[in-house]
Amino acid sequence: MPTSATTGGLIPSPREGFLAPDFTLDLIGGGQVTLSELRGDVVLINLWTSWCPPCRSEMPAIQQVYEANRERGLKILAVNMTYQDSESAAVEFTRDHGLTFPVLLDRTGAVGYKYQLRSLPTTFFVDRQGVIQQVILGGPMSEVTLQTALETLLSEEP
Amino acid sequence: MFPVLQLGPLALQLPGLLTLLGIWVGINLIEREAPRRKLPAGTLSNMVFFSLLGGIAGARLGYALGFVEVYAKDPLGLISLNPHTLAPFEGAVVALIVALIYGQRRHLPLYPTLDAFTPGLASIAIFLGLANISSGDAFGAPTKVPWAIDLWGASRHPSQIYETIAAALIFLVIQRLKSRSPFPGFIFTLWILLTSIGRLFFEAFRGDSVLIFDGLRSAQVVSLVFAVGAMLGFHLLARRQHSADAS
Repeated sequence: MPTSATTGGLIPSPREGFLAPDFTLDLIGGGQVTLSELRGDVVLINLWTSWCPPCRSEMPAIQQVYEANRERGLKILAVNMTYQDSESAAVEFTRDHGLTFPVLLDRTGAVGYKYQLRSLPTTFFVDRQGVIQQVILGGPMSEVTLQTALETLLSEEP
Repeated sequence: MFPVLQLGPLALQLPGLLTLLGIWVGINLIEREAPRRKLPAGTLSNMVFFSLLGGIAGARLGYALGFVEVYAKDPLGLISLNPHTLAPFEGAVVALIVALIYGQRRHLPLYPTLDAFTPGLASIAIFLGLANISSGDAFGAPTKVPWAIDLWGASRHPSQIYETIAAALIFLVIQRLKSRSPFPGFIFTLWILLTSIGRLFFEAFRGDSVLIFDGLRSAQVVSLVFAVGAMLGFHLLARRQHSADAS
């Protein structure tokens, strides 16, 4: 991302060049995750529901990319839009697909609202400084799309 | 901003749709303008078609060249409908090269061809402005003017609207003057000049400018170069016409 005249990653907003809006959510299986505590890692935030076909299709690719890159500092936050879904369906989907990355539950829609969710799935690629570097509306994303979008971010020094 | 148009289960990406609509309108205007310049409309349409095709292929290959290892593992990844895996600059260069080669092979005269393309290009600029309104791209700098819009965490200049209005006005000027060209290349050069001046002015209200040399907005530098080039072009083309008339 080139240097911008006015953004500089300081204002939280869900678009390229801006600081990723912070959130804290419950995890499936217990515990919580706060986005800002992951500063220093590359974070892929995927907003999804269990009933959305492209969300379902791209999850295996996300799992593959996670396994290939987690040692390089990749964190994945799969945020289930639970207010449009059901918690039990999200849990079942996670278990059936053997997802090993954190799956978060947005029960109130707060994250969907902060990230101006307009299309499912929507994926945000956040660099080590917490700045969004790419947004992909819709899906499904292939492994190649995911890997190339992450490659530059992962190769930056922590 | 309305980046997605939801039609039942279909989520259509409005910026892409508006861009495609702009290209379609642009091609239609080029086909209508071609006979006025004594050019075959079908040949110009084919030129656009092959340029677009070459541009898309170039953009995908340009992108893949940056990630050779990833694409080597999955070469089929080159064939994808995903617009995020395209490199726009490389695509534009390839599209231009394809257009030049095609034009030369079909013996299309350069300046009348550029003039025939101009109404189409001017209309595409309007649709690109609308696409930016829809996506929130090309956003404005923070401001307190009464007509500011809330976008991306701040009150901002509606720079997308400024640029769309500017493109529409330029289109009207082009439509008005296209039949009164004093020499071949006039309309195209005029469009370059007006567009450059427009960008030079409205870039000042943008909030996403790329800065170079510690504070200069790169788009303004490029616009200035194009504006000077267009004025020089006017001078040279007029002199060329004068010489042709004299002989």
